[in-house]
Amino acid sequence: MKRGIPIAITFLVGISLVIAFFVPHAPFDSLDRHIPEYFNIIAAFAFVLGGGNLLRVHLTRITRRDHEWAYSIVTVVGFLLMMIAGLIKIGQTETGTGINLKADLADPALFFNWLYDGIFVPCQATMFSLLAFFVASASYRAFRAKTPEATILLVAAFVVLVGRTPVGQWLTGWVPPPFDQYLHIPNLSAWIMSIPNLAGQRTIQIGIALGIISNSLRLILGIERSHLGGD
Amino acid sequence: MTFFEKLGSVDRRWIFLFIAVAVTIPLLTGRSAPVIPSPIVQHLFDAIDALPPGSRVLLSLDFGPSTVPENLPMASAVARHCLKKNLALYVITIWATGPPIINTLMNDVIRADFPDKVYGVDYVNLGYKVGNQGVIQALNTDFKGQYTMDAGLGKDLAPQPTSRIAMMKPIGGLRDFQFIVPIGSGFPGVKEWVQFGGDVSGVDVGGGVTAVEAPLLYPYYPQQLSGLMGGLLGAAEYEAALTQAYPEFGESAKVALVRMFPQTVAHLVIVGFVVLGNIAFFAAKRRARKR
Repeated sequence: MKRGIPIAITFLVGISLVIAFFVPHAPFDSLDRHIPEYFNIIAAFAFVLGGGNLLRVHLTRITRRDHEWAYSIVTVVGFLLMMIAGLIKIGQTETGTGINLKADLADPALFFNWLYDGIFVPCQATMFSLLAFFVASASYRAFRAKTPEATILLVAAFVVLVGRTPVGQWLTGWVPPPFDQYLHIPNLSAWIMSIPNLAGQRTIQIGIALGIISNSLRLILGIERSHLGGD
Repeated sequence: MTFFEKLGSVDRRWIFLFIAVAVTIPLLTGRSAPVIPSPIVQHLFDAIDALPPGSRVLLSLDFGPSTVPENLPMASAVARHCLKKNLALYVITIWATGPPIINTLMNDVIRADFPDKVYGVDYVNLGYKVGNQGVIQALNTDFKGQYTMDAGLGKDLAPQPTSRIAMMKPIGGLRDFQFIVPIGSGFPGVKEWVQFGGDVSGVDVGGGVTAVEAPLLYPYYPQQLSGLMGGLLGAAEYEAALTQAYPEFGESAKVALVRMFPQTVAHLVIVGFVVLGNIAFFAAKRRARKR
């Protein structure tokens, strides 16, 4: 019973939506129209569930003094601070600092936006900016022409790196047609992106799509049950 | 240790220092880089440019603060282009971190550069909606059901029911738009807009993504994706096409073009280090063979 009902619901909803996609007539067309709305409502609840789960995991780590538990304090404090600041809308009001439940969340006078602009934005920007340093260091160490495969990778990386800047144009802009099609670095970079890259990406995506179809069928038919907590 | 062996094992802090200098100095000069639009970006520009006045364009800003330097210039350039062409611009986000970015676009680009444009008539801010690709799927059939309220303009304009907004009246579903422009940096993003939005509704989709994500989107171009801005270069190419077609846009419309200069120098520094690393590698190999 505990497993039978979820499997039956999955089967009914899954089969109905597959039929709705291929048969755009009543009653299936309305299913196709309304079920995404239910999905959005469930997704909104998932936010609450996600928040609760985050608190549970990190509070457990703090109470058990697990490895690097101090970081969990930062996570919990950050989560609660941001949530409370957004829910009760602390900020500048006409009478001074206080709670203004009627304020718009976009109001820059709110503590919520101060936290977002003053902490969240610089932290995310810093983390992403650090990539430039690590990419440079990793490229220096990893891009060595040790094997023929590594040499191909190195040449492709060189062409794309230079081709993605105006330098590619400066260096090879003088190449006359029809040779410019293959000797002009930006064109060569575009060729790498749109031929070998595209072939590889398309292969991967077709593989993923087939995997999703087979996994979806396993779920709909009740063969795959790991999401129910079983084997 | 020989010179080449030293060259092959440069302390990573030197590399960090070179990158910092290579980015900072060009950034301080404020010079823009000469950029020629690539076909994939030019196609996107041409597709939007060919829309007749009054056409409805949906702009979805699906990214967070970490990729604002790459993604926001794309959104700004598209917004400028749409309003210049008198297209109706609907701005949304399906990322929780998106609403403050929409506010930046509204205040720093739309209201600053187009003070004569009217909110609710020429452009609208519909804000954030939870549900990832589920939202896109729901928008196909019931746009107004998903957006019963707009997000307004912060302190200047409170949110109001979309039934009171003139430009929302003709919208039933995604098929009532003439073009969809998602600007994204991950999931859900451009790929989901193609799969659940453009392909289902039949509306043309063309967008922008970060440089690392761009190779994943090439399989959709040109059939399912009218054009694509990949990374800062993509944004700079769109700005180049825009400022070339509409020279009245001043320096404020060249944000990505200015940022391309530090990126170019940084790329050259990386290429230089890769070349040095390989010289050191081959020198060490030759030396080992001699021994």
